[in-house]
Amino acid sequence: MKIAVCVKHVPDATVHKRIDPTTKRLDRSGESALNPTDLNAVEEALRVKEAQGGEVVLVSLGPPKAADSLRKALAMGADRAVLVSDEAAAGSDLLGTSRVLAAVLEREAADLVLFGQASSDGDGAVLWAAVADRLRQPVISQVAALTFEGDEVHGKRQTEHGYDTISVPLPGVVAVSDAINEPRYPSLKGIMGAKTKPQETLSLAEIGLGSEAAGDASARTTVLDLGPPPSRGDQIKIEDDGTAAQKIVDLILEKRLL
Amino acid sequence: MKALVFLEHHEGQLEKGGLGVLSKAASLGDAAGVVLGPGAAELAARAGAFGAAKAYACEDEALAAALPQPRVDALEVLVEKTRADAVLFAASVLAADVAAGLAARLEAGLNWDLTDFELRGDELVGKRQALGDTVLVDVGWTGSPRLGLVRAGAFDPVESGGSADVEAFESPFSGFSSLSALIGQSVEATSGPSIEDADIIVAGGRGLGSPEAFSLLEELAAALGGAVAATRAVVDAGWYPYSTQVGQTGKTVSPKLYIACGISGAIQHKVGMQGAGTIIAINKDPNAPIFDFCDVGVVGDLHQIVPKLTELVRAARS
Ligand SMILES: Cc1cc2nc3c(=O)[nH]c(=O)nc-3n(C[C@H](O)[C@H](O)[C@H](O)COP(=O)(O)OP(=O)(O)OC[C@H]3O[C@@H](n4cnc5c(N)ncnc54)[C@H](O)[C@@H]3O)c2cc1C
Ligand SMILES: Nc1ncnc2c1ncn2[C@@H]1O[C@H](COP(=O)(O)O)[C@@H](O)[C@H]1O
Repeated sequence: MKIAVCVKHVPDATVHKRIDPTTKRLDRSGESALNPTDLNAVEEALRVKEAQGGEVVLVSLGPPKAADSLRKALAMGADRAVLVSDEAAAGSDLLGTSRVLAAVLEREAADLVLFGQASSDGDGAVLWAAVADRLRQPVISQVAALTFEGDEVHGKRQTEHGYDTISVPLPGVVAVSDAINEPRYPSLKGIMGAKTKPQETLSLAEIGLGSEAAGDASARTTVLDLGPPPSRGDQIKIEDDGTAAQKIVDLILEKRLL
Repeated sequence: MKALVFLEHHEGQLEKGGLGVLSKAASLGDAAGVVLGPGAAELAARAGAFGAAKAYACEDEALAAALPQPRVDALEVLVEKTRADAVLFAASVLAADVAAGLAARLEAGLNWDLTDFELRGDELVGKRQALGDTVLVDVGWTGSPRLGLVRAGAFDPVESGGSADVEAFESPFSGFSSLSALIGQSVEATSGPSIEDADIIVAGGRGLGSPEAFSLLEELAAALGGAVAATRAVVDAGWYPYSTQVGQTGKTVSPKLYIACGISGAIQHKVGMQGAGTIIAINKDPNAPIFDFCDVGVVGDLHQIVPKLTELVRAARS
């Protein structure tokens, strides 16, 4: 079983994310990390590999330093990583990103392509559907439990009306929910081993795409204006020093909520 | 603007989300409803009451299950046929995948998580909050059609009492789009009072650490006279029943008091509880997004704070 996992390099959770008012793009200058919910996709791939044998390949579009994030997933146990990094790909929207990932995935010809739940910076939770359409493969999203039945996978997922189980023949695309598993921590051996695992960095040309196929040139959406969001009004923040419970009760009584 | 609005339906009813988007779109320009699947024509006729002069229906059996890919095929055909310059969706598990699949198929721009949209001259402009709702962004499209996915609950349906001219259409389906199949469905039984009626809600997320820890919240809720709710992460993990889930795919609640314990504050959770009068959040991570939209944020360990809180509430009430 060959499994490709699409993972994104995003600003770290501790960074106050901002859009640069001049470029109108996300400021990616601070600390960054692997997108948290993509760890669930990596974990699921590793479990499948452990059960059935095979290979786990990471696929990402991002800046050169995304290679560091990919190394973390290699340390968890993935076998190799393919990063597409190209100035011309900066500013990609859903169309450019899906075109680039689909081009790499075509080359890799995996049996199963996994996605995480959502990127913490874009929060679209949609990319898989665009990639699957380009690959002309079946797709299922929000999968909270994944099982293999012959040459199909069965995914259980939540909808607005309960839980559905959907069968997808392979090759196919599956996006997982953050509840599907508990991602492992890399072992020391894994961290050491990751340094020598194959990591390719490719330009758009190297995956057979022209510079107009991604980035600003291919984007069909634009950011026109930025402003402050609606606010809830005054906020109180308390560090618990053992008295937080008392403060909460005082407040509930003061506001006559009981 | 000549918009198509995707109207999702379930058990013979049009969903409120799509009707809300239709009402809004109809207030701006020419908006037609689209209903897909067996029974579509009858449902499409109801779109008239929400401002659609026209509604399209495709009854093909290939559209019977609520799966996205055959819907992309049908909408591709319809966009071609109608020359619509916008296709709008109310966010749902199904609609998000239809919208993104259609974007790739048509090479059309998709803006998601819109909380509003308007016309500036002839141009459609969307409003969305981005980066965990920390910035309000006006978004636009280059090229046509313009695809928009509207945040759950953004617009309420407005009945205007008109009637829609229903037109049936046929669609071919691509081989790959019919490969997925719905093979099982389960609806978890609801037990106890509905969280939608509660004045006070104590909600728990993955920060509880285990299903057993929900007993802490049940005790606090009992002391407060409230109900217990949960995030999708813990419902998906089987820690707490589906019927207690708050958020995009769960319930929308507006209690007087909402105490969020061990909940990060994802947008999909926020949309279900932002209408609460007072939101108190207990989270050990000072950077948790929930601190951006609560009234009282407590940075600390819920396992320490919640039992104390329960004791103090009991004492205050006796
Ligand atoms: C299409 C779609 C629909 C969705 N629908 C919904 C929905 O209806 N409802 C919903 O809730 N989500 C929904 N989600 C999922 C949502 O995006 C989040 O993944 C989910 O809400 C996270 O749940 P959580 O806060 O319990 O878990 P996490 O995000 O894992 O957060 C756990 C929090 O607990 C804190 N914590 C850990 N230990 C402690 C401790 N001892 N004391 C205090 N705090 C602690 C952590 O700091 C963390 O912030 C949906 C997602 C998608 C893509
Ligand atoms: N630039 C990227 N490179 C690789 N995978 C990505 C990228 N952006 C998003 N993804 C994947 O797509 C999922 C959904 O992303 P999004 O639609 O942006 O919320 C993520 O969880 C990742 O698995």
